[in-house]
Amino acid sequence: MASYLFKNARILDPVSGLDTQSDLLVSEGTIEAIGDNLSAAGAEEFDFSGKTIVPGLCDMHVHFREPGFEHKEDTRSGAASAAAGGFTAVACMPNTDPPIDTASVVSYIYEKGRGLAVDVYPIAAITKERKGESLAPMVELREAGAVGFSDDGSPVFNTKVLRTALEYGSMFDVPIIQHAEDPHLFTGGAMNESLVSTELGLPPIPRLSEDAVVARDLMFTEYVNGRYHLAHMSTRGAAEAVRAAKAKGLKVTSEVAPHHFVLTDESVRGYDSNVKMNPPLRTADDVIAMKEALRDGVADAIATDHAPHAGFEKEVEFVYAPFGIIGLETAVGLSVTELLLEKWLTLPQLIEKLSTNPRRILRLPEIRLEAGQPANLTFLDMDAQWTVDVERFRSKSRNSPFHGRVLTGKPLGIFNNGQLVIDL
Amino acid sequence: MSSLSIPHLLGLQGVPKEDISLILDSTDSFLEILDRPIKKVPTLQGKTVVNLFFENSTRTRISFELAERRLSADVVNFAASSSSVKKGETLLDTARNIEAMKVDIVVMRHSAAGAGHFLSERCTSRFINAGDGAHEHPTQALLDMCTIRQKHGSLEGLNVCIIGDIGHSRVARSNIYGLITMGANVAVCGPPSMFPYDLEKLGVRVFTNIDEALQFSDVINVLRIQLERDAGADFPSLREYHNSFGITRERLDKLGREITVLHPGPINRGVEIESEVADGPYSVILPQVTNGVAIRMAVLYLIGTRAE
Repeated sequence: MASYLFKNARILDPVSGLDTQSDLLVSEGTIEAIGDNLSAAGAEEFDFSGKTIVPGLCDMHVHFREPGFEHKEDTRSGAASAAAGGFTAVACMPNTDPPIDTASVVSYIYEKGRGLAVDVYPIAAITKERKGESLAPMVELREAGAVGFSDDGSPVFNTKVLRTALEYGSMFDVPIIQHAEDPHLFTGGAMNESLVSTELGLPPIPRLSEDAVVARDLMFTEYVNGRYHLAHMSTRGAAEAVRAAKAKGLKVTSEVAPHHFVLTDESVRGYDSNVKMNPPLRTADDVIAMKEALRDGVADAIATDHAPHAGFEKEVEFVYAPFGIIGLETAVGLSVTELLLEKWLTLPQLIEKLSTNPRRILRLPEIRLEAGQPANLTFLDMDAQWTVDVERFRSKSRNSPFHGRVLTGKPLGIFNNGQLVIDL
Repeated sequence: MSSLSIPHLLGLQGVPKEDISLILDSTDSFLEILDRPIKKVPTLQGKTVVNLFFENSTRTRISFELAERRLSADVVNFAASSSSVKKGETLLDTARNIEAMKVDIVVMRHSAAGAGHFLSERCTSRFINAGDGAHEHPTQALLDMCTIRQKHGSLEGLNVCIIGDIGHSRVARSNIYGLITMGANVAVCGPPSMFPYDLEKLGVRVFTNIDEALQFSDVINVLRIQLERDAGADFPSLREYHNSFGITRERLDKLGREITVLHPGPINRGVEIESEVADGPYSVILPQVTNGVAIRMAVLYLIGTRAE
């Protein structure tokens, strides 16, 4: 394997507290040295003045659509998108066809990800076929390598099933990840219920649909001492419930998607299906609540809910369009622009939300930026201003509402599994 | 003659008063044409209009078609199930195909809110919304306003109450936007479970008691209770709805004054309105239908002849 020398980089590791201007030498996939005026014969050298090296970012919520929907995305294109977005690891949700509810599909995901620069981890279904009725073989799934459990795309709504899942799941050190939604309140909904849905005449999804399920779930989590992770939190009500649960010491974590701390349901005026996702874009107050949650540690992770759909699927009437947008290649820029520059988070905090915390939640190996450790790195240009252009995305899909948006903070690439993926 | 500031008629929200006034004023001259023995003018000769109806509608389509033919336009009717998406061809494909046949104006009815916005951004034809989901039905509101104006002279300061399933009603939304722009005082009445979220913020008074609503009103617009919509979901029964919100002769007599009664049709006699009221002296339901043709002639004329 080759050697790479990154000169004059800002090297930042929130776990060890390292924040230094220095050189970093990678050799044979390992961090050989961090220090000043390093040199190495035969190493490919990069001038990293003004650039930053952080521990490899991890997106704990993506949809890579394989198996079953490879026309939207597959493991290879999804991983390329992740690398371009600065992520060295992703966790794939199980709403595939077949769903990830058997050990063989878990193994299939690992097989598809073998040899890639990005580590692709499977999250397995909580219930068989994600129907919310009876438990999937969770021990088998965990032993096969599932890094968490979720029926994402659908909630575990039945309270008996929820209780059993939380109880049974408490023997693992990975969480039950809930897509919190009340199907009775949700039926047919296309956007957040608000004055905007009233004016647009679109079928509404009330925030109650999320609030009520989260509140209920946390009661169950406390009762059975389960381990619970709230996926794509989007409402102030849900954030307040998680805040209270954390204060009580429950084993609760949560994630927020960039679109939920950047956009409001006002964006739906114009009926662009690239702002249709589930949970839907909420109000300005919810956006503030998401930023507060990230700042206060109520939200542990930033996760994109990267949900690719083909153009022909999205370019239809708003109510008929599928939910979801892609997010891997805009997450860093949106986070830097909206959270770091707006002083909601410091850079170490931001890296915690994008790397340290999601890895902890899913019990993935911790990354340390020190000599002798495997090189698992993300390269950032914190000052670069750039314009989002969906045509340049590495994802197979283009369904992003951020096309044309000017962002500060650009991912330059990654190093992981002995592979350098970089676009300077 | 002046022209519209809007290229399409997708809804009445945000449409300036001058445009609405222009449409209403133009309607008067088309009404006069409808009284002639030969009800046809060459205004849109050589123009092609397609009526693209993805949702069943006999009345609105006939009203538009009559208006188009009386303006001498070439008319094509396209009726398709709104589930054509599921059959393989997307709305966009359908529209592009039709546009490739060099159509000037598309009149569209669709079950999906925003379908008109979607197409108007992607095609070069002019669009007239003939009803999109629960969003807007602008020509219905215009004909309602035209009918009210005939009866009362002006909309300014008039108290108008819309009664029924406001949440699912595109007629209600278009009327609320248009009437407020024209200076009317707008109220709504119905069971709160049929109100959309933050309804008051649209600038309307909200009544849940029908007699109080009638006290307020110079004009009422009685919405059709959609029997096909899972009745019982938002209210217990048609019987209870009729007893609580139905417009009856008895209720109107109690007022001791005249009140103008509109209904967009088709009527469910004995549910939202009693036959005696629908056919009674205060009802302007049939003039609404006549005005509907004239309003659509005015809209087609103003949209179709507007300079690019």
